[in-house]
Amino acid sequence: MMRRLALLLPPYAWLLLLVAAPVAILLVVALAEAGPGVPPFLPPLAWDGGPVWAGSLDSLRALVADPYYAEALLRSVGVAGVTAALCLLLAYPMALGIAAARPAWRLPLLLLVLLPFWTGFLPRVGAWIGILRDGGWVNGVLAAFGMAPLRLLFTDAAMFLGMVHAYLPFAVLPLAAALLRRDLGLEEAAADLGAGRWVVFRSITLPLSLPAAAAGFLLVFIPAAGEFVIPELLGPPEAQLIGRVLWGEFFQNRDWPLAAALAVALLALLLLPIRLFQRLDRRP
Amino acid sequence: MSRLGLALGLGFLWAPILLLVGYAFSAGRIPFQWGGFSLRWFAALAADERMREAAWLSLRIAAGSATLAMLLGGLAGWALARFGVFRGRALFGALAGAPLVLPEVVTGLSLLLLFVVAQGAAERWFGWRLGRGAATILLAHATVGLAYVAVVVQSRLAGLDRGLEEAAADLGAGPFTVFRTITLPLIAPSLAAGWLLAFTLSLDDVVVASFVSGPAGTTLPMLVFSALKVGLTPEVNALATLILAAAGLATGVAGLIFARISSRGANGAG
Repeated sequence: MMRRLALLLPPYAWLLLLVAAPVAILLVVALAEAGPGVPPFLPPLAWDGGPVWAGSLDSLRALVADPYYAEALLRSVGVAGVTAALCLLLAYPMALGIAAARPAWRLPLLLLVLLPFWTGFLPRVGAWIGILRDGGWVNGVLAAFGMAPLRLLFTDAAMFLGMVHAYLPFAVLPLAAALLRRDLGLEEAAADLGAGRWVVFRSITLPLSLPAAAAGFLLVFIPAAGEFVIPELLGPPEAQLIGRVLWGEFFQNRDWPLAAALAVALLALLLLPIRLFQRLDRRP
Repeated sequence: MSRLGLALGLGFLWAPILLLVGYAFSAGRIPFQWGGFSLRWFAALAADERMREAAWLSLRIAAGSATLAMLLGGLAGWALARFGVFRGRALFGALAGAPLVLPEVVTGLSLLLLFVVAQGAAERWFGWRLGRGAATILLAHATVGLAYVAVVVQSRLAGLDRGLEEAAADLGAGPFTVFRTITLPLIAPSLAAGWLLAFTLSLDDVVVASFVSGPAGTTLPMLVFSALKVGLTPEVNALATLILAAAGLATGVAGLIFARISSRGANGAG
């Protein structure tokens, strides 16, 4: 029993100190009043013979009152949803292809999907800048054919290309795992009974892989909703997503309570998708 | 149909990376025009002192945080897989899983606030003036890495045959001997995989590091991010090529080790 405690204590204490405490402090700072000092906020609880409330609901109120923030939240959900849907659309045939490949080929193919993940996130975004920018690849090809250049970088399309490119492996992995595990006997039986290939796919393969597809969707959606780097480097300046707005309030405006309130709002928004993902993840 | 889809998907994943690698070897500055084969960008990269310093700092942070993450995450995964029901298990599991699902901006901001509060307390009570920089990035990355290692180790332990450990114990081995001779060798590959995962995550992170760092700590991704903000520089192409080469090499070595282990297992000698 003592040995168990000694083993459990270091990670438990670490997690309480570096995961639980920061989130608790975040909630408190969201209720603080911005001030000019270092750090730039006043503690919401003062001590004057006893605890005195010195906080403010201004930051949380601003999220509701100022449409700028509500729009950023909504737009982030929309961008994350579109990104996740595009990833699934691309990932599905890829996962089917991996599952249908000869066994010796499956691991190398999976590695090919995963390896871009290890080239680093920023270099991959950088590659898209080289392709899309004004003097870049696409415009070079267009110019070679005598066509007028297009404005591609800093557009929604560029942002979605970058997002899908970055998050696609997350959608492929759970789908490929589920399709590799599936019982091919069911499909053979349906085919023996006269079902066409499309009917087999629609009535057996697709329903069997739905939990994995949902997991893949959420695996993309959750990080994409708070994404900062890709919209910042590829997206249009006016596309104010929640990650960028939070970054701006923190680094440019030095309004820490507002940044904290935005983080709390983002967390509240992601609570349901996160719970859903964890339930799917726990399925055998 | 699915074969075509797989080819298209892999093409989409790899085309930008291959273009970038190709142009790391071009002498020209313009991405579309081939300026002739040259290693000048690699030379420029090697001569760039800020890049070198940032790379060295990033490597040290990544190695340190991955090692901490492996130790703490290994313990956490062990506890989650083997301790059964204990008081506080639900909270422990939720906390260990949280860094996997929290958005980077939330992780970064909340950790920064913790460090600021800790700095304030250290100064008021002990008169210590603590700065932020490499140390705070290391703590933050170790926390994120811990969560990944815990998942990897927990799932490995859950799929492990406990009969081997029980047999060793029945034959009179003490708990420490059982751990050292049976369990540790069995989970070593997942500890190594977890270490590597934590290492790459640390080496790749710009958001969390930007929040928790101070003026003294500029990591390689932070430097690359600011370079990309003013436009892609050929040095970044060269850097990405080096990272890709290292990643490819690591994957190849890991694949060879994996193949050797599984062939040994197939011969019944493992």
